[in-house]
Amino acid sequence: MAFTENKTEVDETLRAELASKGVIWTSLDFLYNWGRRSSVWPMQFGLACCAFEMIAAACARYDIARFGAELFRASPRQADLMIISGTVTKKMAPQVVRLFNQMPEPKYVLTMGACAISGGPFIDGYNVLRGIDRYIPVDVHLPGCPPRPEALLHGLMELQKKIASQEILKAEWYQKGLKREFPIPELGPHGLVPKFNPEVWQPAKKDPRREHYGATILIGKKLKAPDLEHAAAVKPAAPGAV
Amino acid sequence: MPNIIETKKLDGSDILEINFGPQHPSTHGVFRMIVQTEGEKIRGLRPIFGYLHRNHEQIAENLPYAAIMPYTDRLDYVNALANNFGYALTVEKLASLEVPERAEYLRVIMAELARIVNHITVIGFMLNDLGAFFTPLLYAFRERERILDLFEEVTGSRLMNNYFRFGGVKRDLTALHLATIHQIVAKFPAFLEEFETLLSKNEILCMRCQNVGVLSPETATNAGITGPVLRASGVNYDIRKVDGYSIYHRFDFKIPLGKKGDVYDRYYVRILEIRESLKILEQALAKIPQGEILNKKTVPFIKMPRNFKPPVGEAYGRVESPKGELGFYVVSDGTPQPWRYHVRAPSLINLTVLEEMCLGQKIADAIIILGSIDIVLGETDR
Repeated sequence: MAFTENKTEVDETLRAELASKGVIWTSLDFLYNWGRRSSVWPMQFGLACCAFEMIAAACARYDIARFGAELFRASPRQADLMIISGTVTKKMAPQVVRLFNQMPEPKYVLTMGACAISGGPFIDGYNVLRGIDRYIPVDVHLPGCPPRPEALLHGLMELQKKIASQEILKAEWYQKGLKREFPIPELGPHGLVPKFNPEVWQPAKKDPRREHYGATILIGKKLKAPDLEHAAAVKPAAPGAV
Repeated sequence: MPNIIETKKLDGSDILEINFGPQHPSTHGVFRMIVQTEGEKIRGLRPIFGYLHRNHEQIAENLPYAAIMPYTDRLDYVNALANNFGYALTVEKLASLEVPERAEYLRVIMAELARIVNHITVIGFMLNDLGAFFTPLLYAFRERERILDLFEEVTGSRLMNNYFRFGGVKRDLTALHLATIHQIVAKFPAFLEEFETLLSKNEILCMRCQNVGVLSPETATNAGITGPVLRASGVNYDIRKVDGYSIYHRFDFKIPLGKKGDVYDRYYVRILEIRESLKILEQALAKIPQGEILNKKTVPFIKMPRNFKPPVGEAYGRVESPKGELGFYVVSDGTPQPWRYHVRAPSLINLTVLEEMCLGQKIADAIIILGSIDIVLGETDR
């Protein structure tokens, strides 16, 4: 997505002249967004492996505090940003959506790692959700398995750019009658119901994964168990058949 | 989910049912437990798993043997190398492969470094749960980053190392790497002493941890507990000594044991284990020979993993992972994919005594008892 930066229409030389006299001339949008983007409070919410890189980003070497996002809040009611750091399973997905619904507006979502984006290496699993963007809108996708802490910082900077491009008058959380409750899926016997939220995500017409791999995805379940006792009797030492 | 939190009258007393997690800062991931309390005392505790069940075993049964290796990294993501070690040992047993001398030393060096990383991380998180919010963790992560830098240089990744191969390892350590490890080993005791002066005799830590969550050696043995949790209860059982897998029987090291089996012992056993790991590292660095790092038989399978077909049979390999006995059970039917692949996860089995340790304790102690067991949800739920 391309962002248009908020810029004041005041002449730069005039601004510099005023600034030298101790007067700051700026737009309300800029000031408002400057405050918001400089103190993003993420939610302390680790799902899997990527959570460790998130913690490493918060610790001394990478120090996410330089970007104003060091205050990890344990409660969704106090958080602006939800970092989905790890695999979202079908059992966990309803809780993730519920937590997102509990966050106050304006709220942002950053998916960290391949699993949260698409299922990643576990995409073939029966209990793994193939991307949390099926249920909630995602602002920044951060690929990697796991992404390095620097990548998380880059993702945060991209989010700050997005925040800086928003305008108070057009922002959707100030519009009348805003209702951003996302329906919480339920885990039934055949997976999650509904399978996706059509307002947020639509299935692609072509399945690029199937096109790429062809029939090799469909590995059939093997039906005949190996005869271990017989094998041991025939080949007692099992010489390295490799 | 109905009736998660409810108040009941039972025997004239108030019992409150409290839900922890799955989103809670101290549950080390997405663990959930339902605690019944009377006043502040815990009367019952029920863990609920499965929030990170990502079908590790089912996926592995559809993959070639070599392709399972990166998945084992994601079991216990704090120390990926111990998982690699266990899986590589199992497949080597299955296919009767031998490992060159130098590769064995490289394996031991990397596995012991991973143990140090795990233990300092766990201690940091445990103290986080105690209320020493983030300060010990910052000290621990400072040291952890130094070791992770080495891992990154050698294996290409900070966390998910994927370093082991069947019959050897992926990449050799150069003289420069060995010098770096020397430096880490030489500097580490100073850090440990700094850490210990701040913590080990700290009055608050002693008061919170001593005589809390006591696990008797009988219960621990009966429940199949392994690792530092068992050794803190005073049972001398370490698979490095018992099995002597790889080349551990060549090194001179002690098994630190606790006396009471409380949270403090579990904390202190881990500190002592780091010191023993440093001893092993020193000896391994002094003795490491030159030579091959990969068995010649497996070299062709690096590029064609689907041709690797172990003979029909079964194998169980186990290692002393920092959390306990990590076992892999693989059944081969002669095809490129295993017929059955099972992981004996130490975190899951150590968690079975959580209720026993928590009963009768205060509710604030349940968190530190959970922290002292050292669970990783990737391994618990798989």
